[in-house]
Amino acid sequence: MARAVTSQRKAINTAVAWTIGLAIFFPILWTFLTSFKTEAQAIADPPVWFFFDWTLDNYRVVQERSNYTRFLWNSIYIAGGSTLLGMIIAIPAAWSMAFVPSNQTKNILLWMLSTKMLPAVGVLYPIYLIFIQLGLLDSRFGLTIVIMLINLPIMVWMLYTYFKEIPGEILEAARMDGAGLREEILFVLTPMAIPGIASTVLLNIILAWNEAFWTLNLTASRAAPLTAFIASYSSPEGLFYAKLSAASTMAIAPILILGWFSQKQLVRGLTFGAVK
Amino acid sequence: MGEIVLEQVTKSFGDVTVIPPLDLTIEDGEFTVFVGPSGCGKSTLLRLIAGLEDVTSGAIRIDGRESSTIPPAKRGLAMVFQSYALYPHMTVRKNIAFPLRMSKMSKAEQDKRVEQAASVLNLTDYLDRRPGQLSGGQRQRVAIGRAIVREPAAFLFDEPLSNLDAALRVGMRLEISELHNRLKTTMIYVTHDQVEAMTMADKIVVLRSGHIEQVGSPLELYRNPRNLFVAGFIGSPKMNLIEGAEAARHNARTIGIRPEHITVSAEEGQWSGLVGVAEHLGSDTFFHVHDTGLAETITVRADGEVSFKHGDRIYLTPRTEFMHRFDEQGLRLP
Ligand SMILES: Nc1ncnc2c1ncn2[C@@H]1O[C@H](COP(=O)(O)OP(=O)(O)OP(=O)(O)O)[C@@H](O)[C@H]1O
Ligand SMILES: [Mg+2]
Repeated sequence: MARAVTSQRKAINTAVAWTIGLAIFFPILWTFLTSFKTEAQAIADPPVWFFFDWTLDNYRVVQERSNYTRFLWNSIYIAGGSTLLGMIIAIPAAWSMAFVPSNQTKNILLWMLSTKMLPAVGVLYPIYLIFIQLGLLDSRFGLTIVIMLINLPIMVWMLYTYFKEIPGEILEAARMDGAGLREEILFVLTPMAIPGIASTVLLNIILAWNEAFWTLNLTASRAAPLTAFIASYSSPEGLFYAKLSAASTMAIAPILILGWFSQKQLVRGLTFGAVK
Repeated sequence: MGEIVLEQVTKSFGDVTVIPPLDLTIEDGEFTVFVGPSGCGKSTLLRLIAGLEDVTSGAIRIDGRESSTIPPAKRGLAMVFQSYALYPHMTVRKNIAFPLRMSKMSKAEQDKRVEQAASVLNLTDYLDRRPGQLSGGQRQRVAIGRAIVREPAAFLFDEPLSNLDAALRVGMRLEISELHNRLKTTMIYVTHDQVEAMTMADKIVVLRSGHIEQVGSPLELYRNPRNLFVAGFIGSPKMNLIEGAEAARHNARTIGIRPEHITVSAEEGQWSGLVGVAEHLGSDTFFHVHDTGLAETITVRADGEVSFKHGDRIYLTPRTEFMHRFDEQGLRLP
């Protein structure tokens, strides 16, 4: 909505927005800067900002000590796989709830969300035991499934709200125009839902990429993704801040780049319901 | 071809019966208008015919073929929605061609028909635009274009003009009427608008709570409303309904006289009252007259030049040949 805003108000708004933005971004910036410091500089008090001896040593050490590429591939496998699998389940689920709702639809949606209210640690033991029994511990496949299930409620919710925004009359028009169910889905619904599907995919990839609880608990070495890679540098003995930062920077770089290129899409998708 | 026959059609949503058993025949080529108060089931009835809602019981025959269980895509009807319901991701050309594409028509024939429809509807310059880049009137024309290209057995319109401004509405009304004259295809048209109903219809169906109150040509309904409801519903401004002694004098429970059938005078007349609001339309003036002792307000139409002011005493004389009489049940007396 357009509103008359005085220039003073505008300046304040801008200042506040920048402050919040920088506060949120600061940890990433700090991690990035620290990754180029020596271990001594990393914990220097008072902290050094930009004027230190920039070094790539941390990255070299990290690369030598652990196989970054293997972690990266595991992350891609798990994030990509869980997203793909999740979408295959979530799209039809959201579709049917949005367009052929029953009187239980609202309850099902709430019930699905309620599974997110339970702390993950509450189901750690059962899942761990199941994984042992099925021999899925430290397997990429098992982790993919678990992370898919963890994010599924959010995916269904997002898609559901997105599909809900598509006016029913347009689908009815397609039916009147001679489209069967298949044509209706293929030529009318899907093209209209693509922005929503795309932002759901993006968000899910990001969530899966950064998932740490399950990856740390269910993997050892073979299936460990980048979150485990970061964690392996946060040991209490010794000065590892700079190396930890280098590892973190390497871990978040791919997803940051993906997010940067798709931010327009992501913002549109996430705020679609709110601004309509 | 496009004869539509409804036999004992009913529709319930859960426990709520929206359409009690209803019979209606719409002749081939006829322009039929459904009118009635909000919530009376006009849209529901149209959607039942379209196949967008399933009948609870009864039969719908389109050209003699029982169609109540056939999916909408197979009924051969076209519908124009109030919200236009255009496909936002397709150009105007693709929108209009969509039903043809669905019927697997050859590309050349599709193009030909789209061009033809576009020229009829003055859309030729907009064929490569998206619906979002069109005005309301243009969008509605695209919706109509999409309906006419496939030469349906009948057109269904659900308040197609209600999102347009007054001037545009008049224009589109004429366009649709002309379209009907040229195509001679059955059209069913739902509207709230008195003028649309009176000017466009061959046949008006007046609905109340899912019941048909009366079916007839606009003038039949205007001249011979079957009951009080139709009398009050058809005509704008509404017919004056008078009860009590004055009605008894005419051997009726209620008498009705339209604003245009009352003569106004400053000196003498059968009834008298004080002028309340005067609505000057230019060609006509409507006076809302109070304190007549007949009804709270009597509305009368006078010539545009007549200029009584608020509070003036005026005299009214009904033209008895145009008076309608109704009995205790609200039914018309001969
Ligand atoms: N899907 C539905 N579920 C339950 N009740 C419904 C449904 N659709 C319509 N109704 C009810 O059926 C009745 C008729 O609705 P309908 O939309 O046909 O009215 P209408 O005559 O078109 O009204 P309007 O002039 O306001 O468009 C209304 O009381 C409405 O509440
Ligand atoms: Mg309606």
